[in-house]
Amino acid sequence: MKGFKIGLGALAILLMAISGGMAGETLDAVRAKGFVQVGVNQGLFGFGMADENGTWRGLDVDTGRAIAAAVFGDANKVKFTPLTAVQRFTAVQSGEVDVLCRNATRTLSRDTALGLDFGHVNYYDGQGFLITRKLGVKSAKELDGATVCVLPGTTTELNVADFFRSNNMQWKPVVIESTPELNKAFFAGRCDCLTSDISQLAGIRAVAPNPGEYMILPEVISKEPLSPAVRHGDSEWRDIVDYTVLALINAEELGINSKNVDQMLKSNDPKVQRFLGVTPGNGKALGLDEKWAYNIVKQVGNYGEVFDRNVGPDTALGLARGLNALWTDGGLMYSPPFK
Amino acid sequence: MEKEKSILSDESNIRPPATQVGVLGWTKKNLFDGPWNTALTLLILFFLWKVIPPLINWFFIESRWASTSAECYAADGACWSIITYNIRFIIFGLFPPHLQWRPLTAMLLLAGMLFYSRDRRHWGKGLGYAWAVALFVMGLLMKGGLFGLAPVESTQWSGLPLTLMLSVFGMVAAYPLGVMLALGRRSRMPAIKSLSVVYIEMIRGVPLISLLFMSSVMFPLFLPEGITINKILRAQVAIILFTAAYIAEVVRGGLQAISRGQYEAAESLGLNYYQQMRLIILPQALKIVIPPTVGILISAFKDTSLVVIIALYDLLKTTQSVLSNPKWMGFSAEAYIFIALIYFICCYAMASYSRRLERELGANT
Amino acid sequence: MNSPDLTRSAVPFWNDPDKRAVVYQILALGMVGLLGYYLFSNTLANLERQSIATGFGFMDKEAAFEIGESPIPYSAAHTYARALLVGVLNTLKVSFIGIIFTVLLGTFVGIARLSGNWLLAKLSGIYIEVLQDIPVLLQLFFWYTIFYEILPSPRQAVSPFAGVFLSNRGLVFAVPHYHPVYALMGIAFLAAWAGVFLLRKWARRRQERTGRLFPVIRVSLLMVLGLPIGVWIVGGAPLSMSVPALTGFNFKGGMNISPEFAALLLGLVLYTSAFVAEIVRAGIQSVSHGQTEAAMAIGLRPGQILNLVILPQALRVIIPPLTSQMLNLTKNSSLAVAIGYPDFVSVANTTINQTGQAIEGVALIMIVYLCFSLLTSLFMNWYNKKMALVER
Repeated sequence: MKGFKIGLGALAILLMAISGGMAGETLDAVRAKGFVQVGVNQGLFGFGMADENGTWRGLDVDTGRAIAAAVFGDANKVKFTPLTAVQRFTAVQSGEVDVLCRNATRTLSRDTALGLDFGHVNYYDGQGFLITRKLGVKSAKELDGATVCVLPGTTTELNVADFFRSNNMQWKPVVIESTPELNKAFFAGRCDCLTSDISQLAGIRAVAPNPGEYMILPEVISKEPLSPAVRHGDSEWRDIVDYTVLALINAEELGINSKNVDQMLKSNDPKVQRFLGVTPGNGKALGLDEKWAYNIVKQVGNYGEVFDRNVGPDTALGLARGLNALWTDGGLMYSPPFK
Repeated sequence: MEKEKSILSDESNIRPPATQVGVLGWTKKNLFDGPWNTALTLLILFFLWKVIPPLINWFFIESRWASTSAECYAADGACWSIITYNIRFIIFGLFPPHLQWRPLTAMLLLAGMLFYSRDRRHWGKGLGYAWAVALFVMGLLMKGGLFGLAPVESTQWSGLPLTLMLSVFGMVAAYPLGVMLALGRRSRMPAIKSLSVVYIEMIRGVPLISLLFMSSVMFPLFLPEGITINKILRAQVAIILFTAAYIAEVVRGGLQAISRGQYEAAESLGLNYYQQMRLIILPQALKIVIPPTVGILISAFKDTSLVVIIALYDLLKTTQSVLSNPKWMGFSAEAYIFIALIYFICCYAMASYSRRLERELGANT
Repeated sequence: MNSPDLTRSAVPFWNDPDKRAVVYQILALGMVGLLGYYLFSNTLANLERQSIATGFGFMDKEAAFEIGESPIPYSAAHTYARALLVGVLNTLKVSFIGIIFTVLLGTFVGIARLSGNWLLAKLSGIYIEVLQDIPVLLQLFFWYTIFYEILPSPRQAVSPFAGVFLSNRGLVFAVPHYHPVYALMGIAFLAAWAGVFLLRKWARRRQERTGRLFPVIRVSLLMVLGLPIGVWIVGGAPLSMSVPALTGFNFKGGMNISPEFAALLLGLVLYTSAFVAEIVRAGIQSVSHGQTEAAMAIGLRPGQILNLVILPQALRVIIPPLTSQMLNLTKNSSLAVAIGYPDFVSVANTTINQTGQAIEGVALIMIVYLCFSLLTSLFMNWYNKKMALVER
């Protein structure tokens, strides 16, 4: 009998600990609980990393904030779950997070077999190699026989295998799952080079004990369109995530930023009026408040601001816009019309 | 050794030679007993002489206790500054700094309760209730949200409090489950027996890490859409399920050691199954298996460190994140030695307590 | 419980222990079945709704990832099935070597713990206490970090002997080039063991018949070592060695022990040997002193006492917990995933990541380890039976 009571008690505790259900559409569920749960990187400078006060910062984190601004009109109604590479997709599949903004590369197999839907790309990246200058290597083609530090279970791991195979070169991988541990092994000289997305390599180099000793090789061996991901089968929620990223881009195209957005409300340009909800329609179509895009720009900024704040030339990463510039500046960021 | 005294004492003025008693005698008997033993002792002494002084030098003399990392790089000895400088993060991790009195109080409460429970005279119903209250208060201090305590997200629970929480709640929940499984395995009902056997053998056959993987990447898919359980609780459940199987095997040993006469006597008194178990069998059986149970608890405590692999911020993980800070890279040995010491103290205390208990219980029966 | 009615026929069915037992069992089975069904149906629904791939179809697909070390030829062009096989072999490799070292070291420390030499006994005590009480994962991290932080890069590699290089890429040493004679030597080695087995049987029978002892151990040693060496000399004594040389980034040629493997092996051996030492100590202490005295009284030499009287009795106490420690070592080798040695769990983990099929991956891990346990318990049963037969 006693055992039974204890069992019952344990069950009750378990049930209490199970967080409230969120049946049906993701948007309703998100509205009901009052915040957006965003899966982010455990610690990747410039994309998702908690600073010493526990505040999350980064390009992916700001994307998550923009989604909260679109849904609630308040960029702070968001909670972040740090995830490892292994955990990230299951976390989306199971609904542990509403959206994954964790520098995930969009690929065919992830879009199909993994039960995910990807939103618009929020960063165009490519894979490269970080090496010690002392080795005297100038090109990735000279890496025959090298030991390479690589995160397991990423597209990176496959790309680097492809690269060495297609160039008929030998190599030896060292795979450690946690990013900080891997970086530590690289700095200690366990590997000759570290491979990852170039933006990440810039971040890793920035925090190196002696950044001048390391350099990124010129070769870019892959395409890495990094996008937010949601669960398969909820188009409404996918649209919201998709157009949140596009709204960031569109705002930059239209020349709207967090400082001038209030003046822009009075603009005569019909495109701006539609975008900011002065002319209603867009919000209703997405199932959001008409002010959704206004709130994003007001509270988070446009894509250019987000980029500059987290990874741009004035940050420790010091990345140029490159592929991530607007199409008018020779980049790939291009937003469909908001009408 | 004093001459007058030995002459004065009439009983034994014939004393053994000085080489047989006292320090010398002891040394001869234990260290220089025969050529082989002498050679061995000298070899060990040589080895110690080679190893200990440099180690002491590294540990204490050349070491830095409170300096910047730059000074550490310049010094030859150990850099304990990595500990003194980062002690807050290693112990409390991501817990909000202004609230860290709360986990600290919880840990002190736990230590106090353990210290009080050490004495077997205090064991009783009252102590059980006290533990229930104490565990509740500890949980409350961590989580907050009641009595004006600011709520703290479980994602911010980390460091030593998380390690202790996973172990304490793991042990408390696994014990009754383990006892039930042991009873199930000894049951006369074939279905219950085979269920228990399958469970126990399955769990004991796989490494804990596979259960942790299951809880972290597989379990979310088991639940209906929209229901999620937080990461720490999932890991906690995995640890409980794992520990319970091992406790079950230990308790089963205790049950088997109780003579058939006890079962038959209990039955002849007209006690039903629960009464038999609760009043006659379990009190005896559980007493016999206290030492091996403590052994299981010690390994459960050590095994909580495995949650590092599924990215929970326990003591080991907070230490590693300090080590991945470029400023302190390269002082891993010092940091790992420090937390090894914490683990060692806890485990050693448990082990020596278990040995004492074993002696006391042995003397009683 | 309620009525004092004592006649069996009048007992209502809920008070009849046999019938109640049936009800309990049906309830228990039902609950487990329902729980299983609930989880299973949820999973299926989740997988279907999100169109997540299921099944083991991925096994034939190209793995496309590289594995650091492999006992069999493997490249990224091979299938997932082969990658997983490499993982299993790597697990077996580290477990097998680990078990051998653990038993040797554990036995040594266990005997040393009982030594009459105070210093040796105390040091062994400290060894056992300290290594038992520190989590094995922490020990693994410690050794791994020590290896790559302290050892120099390949270009500054330390070379304690000719042909041996120690660097943060591991230990590289010269090994002989392949020659057909080596295969023959292997066969000779196995043949020698078979010979030893027969010799032992013969010696035992002869001893039982005539009472004369035969120096089995010395002759066996001679056979096991001598036969392969003889074959080697007859085969022309090939001596060409593959000496490691620094070309480009790393050493080429020779045999390489990676820091990951070395750290894993060292951590597992040190941790497990502390437990084995305790087991060996307890086993030896379980043989009562009277046995030793009796053996002395009939004039056996100390070596014979250990061999013929103490060990056979102690082993019966030692073997069962020793087997479970061996199994523990095998299970703990799964922690390799934390320090980057490509054991089975590590490869399965990568597979989960690349295919996104968590359920299949975790199920595979569990099945493989359950097989290991099953094999071990089969061995235990066989051993226990054998021991029971020997007992007269």
